[in-house]
Amino acid sequence: MHNDPKGRGNMATKLGLWGIVIIIAAIVSIASIVGTFAYMQMSTRQKLVVATTTSLYDTGLLDEVETAFEAKYTIDIYFISVGSGIAIQFAQRGDADMLLVHAPSEELKFLQGNYGVNRKIFAYNFFEIVGPTDDPANIEGLSPIDALSRIVAAGRNSTAVWVSRGDGSGTHVKEKELWAQAGFNWTLIRDEVNWFKETGSGMGKTLITANGLKAYTLTDIGTFLAYSVGTTNQVPNLETLVAQGSELINVYSAIAVNVTANPKANFEAATAFTKFVLSEEGQQIIGNYGIATYGQSLFYPAVELLKSNTNPTIVQMIKDYAYFNDDSTRTECPTQYRYGHPELYD
Amino acid sequence: MNLGSKHIPIFFFLLFLVGAIIILVLVPEFQEGVIGAFTLIASGNPEVVEITLRSIYISGTATALAVVWSVPVGLFVGLKDFFGKRFFKGLFNALIGIPTVTLGLVLYLMFSSTGPFGSLNLFLSPLGVALGQAILIAPIMVSFTASAVEAVEPDIKDLARTLGASEVEAAFAVLKESTAGVSLAIVGSFNRAIAELGIALMIGQNIRGQTRVLTTTIAMETTQGEIALSIALAIILLAVVLSINLFINLLQRRFK
Repeated sequence: MHNDPKGRGNMATKLGLWGIVIIIAAIVSIASIVGTFAYMQMSTRQKLVVATTTSLYDTGLLDEVETAFEAKYTIDIYFISVGSGIAIQFAQRGDADMLLVHAPSEELKFLQGNYGVNRKIFAYNFFEIVGPTDDPANIEGLSPIDALSRIVAAGRNSTAVWVSRGDGSGTHVKEKELWAQAGFNWTLIRDEVNWFKETGSGMGKTLITANGLKAYTLTDIGTFLAYSVGTTNQVPNLETLVAQGSELINVYSAIAVNVTANPKANFEAATAFTKFVLSEEGQQIIGNYGIATYGQSLFYPAVELLKSNTNPTIVQMIKDYAYFNDDSTRTECPTQYRYGHPELYD
Repeated sequence: MNLGSKHIPIFFFLLFLVGAIIILVLVPEFQEGVIGAFTLIASGNPEVVEITLRSIYISGTATALAVVWSVPVGLFVGLKDFFGKRFFKGLFNALIGIPTVTLGLVLYLMFSSTGPFGSLNLFLSPLGVALGQAILIAPIMVSFTASAVEAVEPDIKDLARTLGASEVEAAFAVLKESTAGVSLAIVGSFNRAIAELGIALMIGQNIRGQTRVLTTTIAMETTQGEIALSIALAIILLAVVLSINLFINLLQRRFK
């Protein structure tokens, strides 16, 4: 081959080594990208991107809802399981078609920003304050507000520690509201780092941290059960201390992304999914979820409750906490934030 | 030491083995994880098989895309002398350390439907994750390839040129001599891609049946409190990486 290098390498020499290499690289890249796109176009099913709070997804509830929904509709659900804060970001940027969230104050801002329409409350449950089994701040059975006051006092005496999510999630929003109701300025006490520890991470990691520090924390019931019940109790140092009190109510709602603000949003699919979650079948899945594993429901269906006022005490709690003002009345979704589909609010 | 340097690897292997046994004895979750891993593999759980295959597919695509661009760049950097070569090499060495979460976030802003590449629908797609991983591992491949080439370059290239080879033939001669180093670059890059979490989570968002891979599943199961399952999946991930490494090793011996 070395007898006639010029002749053999003629074309190669003209293009140069790097020319050939770049051509090959371009061909391979284009082929693989075009191939993948062609493959992706083959699917005829619609795509519905749902940004959801972690507590709904991580408990496994939404997997069950998804299976039942996809069997009925030609829509594939893509769940993005993130904290309520970033979920709203995704919807604002047009990367999600709808939201499942549990932070009413943030939801109102989202509606007011014209990002979302047709808010519907579909489930509720209660937060819990969990803490070390020996309960150094002596809060067991107290009201949430009194409990927090005692934890602050004990914390300042170095006998108790509080662990906070600190991540802008719905649970964190709730915690800040509770501190305000108890008369504390969250932005000030978070600096008392000797007893106030922020994890900045999800509920599971926060529970593990609280368990390790033998500390108090606010948790949703689903994540706490997932960690404390089962083959191994991963938070043996923690137990539920305060679970009563209207302040602990936790309300989940669905919001469709405003299609006039985000023309790419799949509004009809979002409406179909909202209706499914509100339907008898959807509400039954929600109410029964967790009984087989934990012996109790993790979420309670809200549709029939709100419609027929079957439990006035809880209905009043939900209305006080998660309804918004609309002229002189209170409603789950003020009329100016409704778009089409009046049957949702019959 | 009298035993000689050829025994050092065996010492390290024994050390690793003893460490593994100590962890196994001390941490009960780890025992469950090991048992769980074997049960999952033996039962052929379809979801675990699917997730494992998707991991290999996505990171394999990422490695292929990175190879066609980065190995030539590495060759170029290793073979040629050009202005700013040292700066260029330093830059690629530094880029190896980019945090995957940051790269994931930047790519999300690019792929987001309001971002510059929004119309390509790469967010939440396996191809988007593969592209992100390809960008992540490119600096590793460039740096390792350049070093491998530089290690053999002077003599082989000069020899080939003296014997009358064209520049193209000389470059291929160098590449052939540095096969071991270049394949280490490729295998190492694949390992980095399949074991990373930040990009898969940020671009893929762990969507069941679409972008759920081994690392995102491990993160999710940990959040849900399924510690033993997480460890089982981690063991599967290690087994995948180990078997691919062994396979490449065998291939290299066969064609040496």
